[in-house]
Amino acid sequence: MKPNLNIDIAGLHLQNPVTTASGTFGYGLEFQDFVKLDELGGIIVKGTTLKPREGNDYPRMAETAMGMLNCVGLQNKGVDYFCEHIYPQIKDIKTNWIVNVSGSSPEDYAECAARIDQLEHIPAIELNISCPNVKDGGMAFGVSCAGAESVVKAVRKRYHKTLIVKLSPNVTDIAEIARAVEASGADAVSLINTLMGMAVDIEKRKRVLSIGTGGLSGPCVKPVALRMVYQVAHAVKIPVIGLGGIMTAEDAIEFMMCGASAIEIGTANFIDPAVTIKVRDGIARWLEDHGCQSVQEIIGAIE
Amino acid sequence: MEFKKKILDLTVSQVDRVHERYVLIKLTHNEQLPEIAPGQFVEIRVDGSPQTFLRRPISIHFVDYERNELWLLVAIVGKGTQQMAKLKAGDTLNCVLPLGNFFHCSFFEDKPLLVGGGVGVAPLLFAGKEFCVGKTKPTFLLGARSSKDLLQLDEFRKYGRVFVTTEDGSAGEKGFVTQHTVLQQEEFDHIFVCGPTPMMKAVARYAREHNIPCHVSLENMMACGLGACLCCVEKTKWGNLRVCEDGPVFDIKELLWE
Repeated sequence: MKPNLNIDIAGLHLQNPVTTASGTFGYGLEFQDFVKLDELGGIIVKGTTLKPREGNDYPRMAETAMGMLNCVGLQNKGVDYFCEHIYPQIKDIKTNWIVNVSGSSPEDYAECAARIDQLEHIPAIELNISCPNVKDGGMAFGVSCAGAESVVKAVRKRYHKTLIVKLSPNVTDIAEIARAVEASGADAVSLINTLMGMAVDIEKRKRVLSIGTGGLSGPCVKPVALRMVYQVAHAVKIPVIGLGGIMTAEDAIEFMMCGASAIEIGTANFIDPAVTIKVRDGIARWLEDHGCQSVQEIIGAIE
Repeated sequence: MEFKKKILDLTVSQVDRVHERYVLIKLTHNEQLPEIAPGQFVEIRVDGSPQTFLRRPISIHFVDYERNELWLLVAIVGKGTQQMAKLKAGDTLNCVLPLGNFFHCSFFEDKPLLVGGGVGVAPLLFAGKEFCVGKTKPTFLLGARSSKDLLQLDEFRKYGRVFVTTEDGSAGEKGFVTQHTVLQQEEFDHIFVCGPTPMMKAVARYAREHNIPCHVSLENMMACGLGACLCCVEKTKWGNLRVCEDGPVFDIKELLWE
């Protein structure tokens, strides 16, 4: 009996818990040679802002032990370009298309969200209140309850579909931020975004990244991500989507047992462009081997 | 042309340490190699090295479709490439390929010039062969610090005339590629150049001064290699373009070099 991988999150129906993290999967089209996009639970497309952004200067990355740093800086052509040129290319592919939204003020976020609200085939947005790279926005909001609330409340007024808020780990008490975001009207939370880090070139005696610091991702962050998913899942009633260093089905199951209803795979896509489907199949195999009929049986299964 | 990207386990058929700092790796496959064009690259997963996480992008040096072989000429510069230098015949190398755009080895050009420096010569061998397939004889202009640093000259000679410069004068003409007399004595239709950035900029300057179309191959640090993450961008007249997908081959007119 094949285990059931279906999961419902705040009005979204996912055929399986595997989604892709914003900034790592482009608009999905870049990965079409490797995976069938309509087999994924969802695709979270790259961060979209009201106005186009060029992003930060090169170098924008550095390899670390079991991970990498990035300071891409939200390069994107803006929400109108997305609506006119990219949306038509993706809308008929049957998966949950989720747009990641960023901004430099609550008004920016809200206006961007309102425009995406108009798109029939986009059932959700993921609010990026936590990107650590943008100097004039992003991280500033996600590190305080007041900041997080201001953005979520502004967006909630103008966005009427499923609102997922992506949390920053660069905080003292992530459960507190999660509660504030829940109280402001979020339908779900996703965590963790990247950890703020740095790399140094000793020969040049300089920091490697153009803006000095960047976001750390990859397997090296998994222990932090797991701890935070566990804490947040025990602090809020809304569904939790877990991410942070997931490379295998076992990793994904760890997150789900900590309370995540679904997971996002990010950096792992760079190592294996077909990893998403492998993780989906691995979850199904694990469930079958352990006599589980449905993936729902493992959500929050540890105590 | 549409090139389908694949993830393949290629088999190492031969490894030659052609130089203290360079290794030539020949790979084969149990199926027909995919369609590949000169200028494209592969993303290699480096196994057995706990210090490396990301794949390494290496340009494709040559493809021999009859022998079903793909050649890589690798400069040993860091932990990933050091590990690659330890490969032996029979080992498996997991590769994502073919990636990036390519040199247009057009049939309409009578006199293309392929200029390379250091390990930048790598993609020019495949490009040279493609020109020959199109019945055009390319000219190679290859530069290095010293004669021992000139790579694969016998192979290049199979596909066209080879002119050489060395900084210490131990082979060919002394100096940089832009100083070679062939540039004063002959006219070329199109220049393709790959090598250290200062060298490419100097050649681009020569091309601009003489109104010769010129394409360069850039090398920026990459994470995904697939056009998705936007880490490898180069500032151009069209904004930040991805070296892995919009490149690595760029028309000098797009770049902000002066």
